[in-house]
Amino acid sequence: MRDTRRYERIAFNLLLLATLIIIAPVGIIVFIVLWHGLPGLSWEFLTAMPRDGMRAGGIFPAIVGTILLTIGTAVFSIPLGILAAIYLNEYAERNWLTRMVEISIINLAGIPSIVYGLFGLGLFVSFLGFGASILAGSLTLAIMTLPVIITATREALGSVPNAFREVSFSLGASRWQTVRGVVLPNAIPGILTGTILGLSRAAGETAPILFTVAAFYLPRLPESIFDQAMALPYHIYVLSTQVPNVSLKVQYSTVLVLVALVFVMNLTAAYIRSKFRKRKTW
Amino acid sequence: MRRPFEYVIEKAIFLSGAASILFVALIFIFLLKEGLALFGEVNFFSFLLGTNWYPISDPPQFGILPLILGSVFVTLGAIVIAVPLGLAAAIYTAEVAPRSIRGILKSGIELLAAIPSIVLGFIGIIFLAPLLKNLFNLPSGLTALAGSIMLAFMAMPTIVSIIEDAIVSVPKNYKEGSLALGATHWQTIYRVILPAASSGIIAAVMLGIGRVIGETMAVLMITGNAAIMPTSFLQPVRTLTATVAAEMGEAVSGSLHYYSLFAIGIILFIISFIINILADMFLNRSRSRR
Amino acid sequence: MVTEENPKSEILNPKIRISKLNVWYEGKHALKDLTLEVEHKEIMGVIGPSNSGKTSLLKTLNRLNELYPGCRTEGEVKLDGKDIFKEIDKHLLRKRVGIVFALPLPLPLSIFDNVAYGPKLHGLKDKSKLKEIVEMSLRASAIWDEVKDRLSSPAFTLSGGQQQRLCIARTLAVEPEIILYDEPCSGLDPISTLKIEEAMRELKKNYTQVLVTNNVKQAARVSDRTAFFLMGEMIEMGATAQMFTSPRDKRTDDYISGRFG
Repeated sequence: MRDTRRYERIAFNLLLLATLIIIAPVGIIVFIVLWHGLPGLSWEFLTAMPRDGMRAGGIFPAIVGTILLTIGTAVFSIPLGILAAIYLNEYAERNWLTRMVEISIINLAGIPSIVYGLFGLGLFVSFLGFGASILAGSLTLAIMTLPVIITATREALGSVPNAFREVSFSLGASRWQTVRGVVLPNAIPGILTGTILGLSRAAGETAPILFTVAAFYLPRLPESIFDQAMALPYHIYVLSTQVPNVSLKVQYSTVLVLVALVFVMNLTAAYIRSKFRKRKTW
Repeated sequence: MRRPFEYVIEKAIFLSGAASILFVALIFIFLLKEGLALFGEVNFFSFLLGTNWYPISDPPQFGILPLILGSVFVTLGAIVIAVPLGLAAAIYTAEVAPRSIRGILKSGIELLAAIPSIVLGFIGIIFLAPLLKNLFNLPSGLTALAGSIMLAFMAMPTIVSIIEDAIVSVPKNYKEGSLALGATHWQTIYRVILPAASSGIIAAVMLGIGRVIGETMAVLMITGNAAIMPTSFLQPVRTLTATVAAEMGEAVSGSLHYYSLFAIGIILFIISFIINILADMFLNRSRSRR
Repeated sequence: MVTEENPKSEILNPKIRISKLNVWYEGKHALKDLTLEVEHKEIMGVIGPSNSGKTSLLKTLNRLNELYPGCRTEGEVKLDGKDIFKEIDKHLLRKRVGIVFALPLPLPLSIFDNVAYGPKLHGLKDKSKLKEIVEMSLRASAIWDEVKDRLSSPAFTLSGGQQQRLCIARTLAVEPEIILYDEPCSGLDPISTLKIEEAMRELKKNYTQVLVTNNVKQAARVSDRTAFFLMGEMIEMGATAQMFTSPRDKRTDDYISGRFG
């Protein structure tokens, strides 16, 4: 009997060790990025245009580019994603068509990001002739983000108790009236959370924007959605692998900006999620 | 009585539902459109099994076997690292950790998932590669091993959360029954709970594999980019994904090189399709137990 | 008044006429060959042990059972002479046939918005008319005095009994002709129960009501006629007084006296 107890204690300690091995790097990475990146952060760095082939000046266009791409992704993926989730959760019957839709979503979620880049290149840049542009990049990122939004919205819709729907129907409401009056309003926090998380992922992606929008050195802001743009993830990639003699400080600072952006979005989503959980009345 | 707006929006809802099918089809079609053009000039089997990837030499050779093996090496290495660690962490979080820190642990793992892959690649070339170089006395630390380690960390959040889900949904009476018979907590975990969660665990492994095979930027930065047949983990390799990312910038639109990269895209699409369908099957089996 | 003793009586214009109704849920035969009439402005009590088909009956009357995918219906139900499956739009039907569920189910809205939800669905936008209807409905369900000062507070802050009366008000706000009650007082304290029964008696002036209840004594107190269901079949139906003093079927007698159930 004593032996089994000892095994158990050893086993549990090993489990704890494994968990720490996974989580410690997060803290370490955040620390390193902050430590090395913070000194390079200045108002000028954040708001000035790059100069001297990116060895001086700031990363303002990259920040703007990432923000524009994120907005573009949101515009194209959020309405479509929410409507698709409404279809799946509120309207669809259990038949082969619905199953195909679900399988498609699972596949979209698993397609490698570089394949999205190829797709964006083939369809938006070449075939539709948008060229390497914010439009092409946003559309590509939007399709990539779609499954995340659909899944999160479906969960949010599914968490609304069926009793509410039944009450609404019993008063003579049509299906759409029920969705709009009772289901959606109560699913909004969950939808918001999932959407923000999806967009934060899109903001950090490099591969889909490689051939569809990203430029490395554009010392001016984009003027239309048909323009190319700089973007933080691509900027980091080029700075750290293609450009010689860029100070490490500049690289770290750019990484810090991206990490900060992504973390702020994640924290916002987590905050919404917990605030909503406290206020739920059912 | 049903207003016209409602009619329009319901039509929009149905169309949106079908859109996902449309997009998958579109992606496949456009990959085929550009990728199949390669096979007009290059034999499919010499593409798939050829051991020389020299797309810009004269004459060009388009054998992707070194790239496939590169992906396989890196993926295998990552899974070997990520699955035991991920399984352990999932068990700890779901069964062993005191309730108070469970939330912190889950947040920590979520935070790991939130780090963009480009950032992990960046950290990798600055810290991991030199570390490996010194540890193993290599000419360069940019190797398959570096890629495997980095990708293991990227796959772990997925693996941990799916296994944790599966463990948590094992019916409580399985656990209570085992404990009532006098088994320790640990014995209950590995004799009762884990077997019951096996479908979920398999699904997690598959999705982890999918995540790793599909990763592009971090591998591009850290595996050394040598498109040769790999013979050890301490060598630089090139994966399928990194090849596309690295070379598309140089490939002339409409050239064989251009088509060959799309052909690689087709292969990647098919691989991820199969993995995802299988994983979904296992996930469904896991869920239907609840 | 029509009773089982006088079957040859001409039944002119019952409010609801059910003929040979059969309902299945996922293959399970929930209602078997039901034939029943409900008169205008009466309270029809429906009693019987669980799984006897009482709730299935209610949910067929407003076609709410169509929300359940495995449900199949055969037979005829007529409201004021019109077939509810073929001749009446189901959304309009549900406006005319309201239902109060077993658990108080306020929507996560304010008291006012709960009651106003229904009329708004059917196109009422005028704010003053909405206020009128809300007040009228809350008065008719005997709860106006308790909530008139806090119409904008959330509905879940009310007690269980108050919430249930709110749900009655919510149903009344769409101005139905028939009100169905599915064990409305289960889980409520005796005082709330009494208040709801009082409200039902008041509502008799203007509405036809069907009350499904597990509480046999409640049926005795409130309903004009009572129907006894057992395992999907209607065993007996008649004037309440007669049913409770001298039921014709032994099973009815056993159930009412509590020998089973």
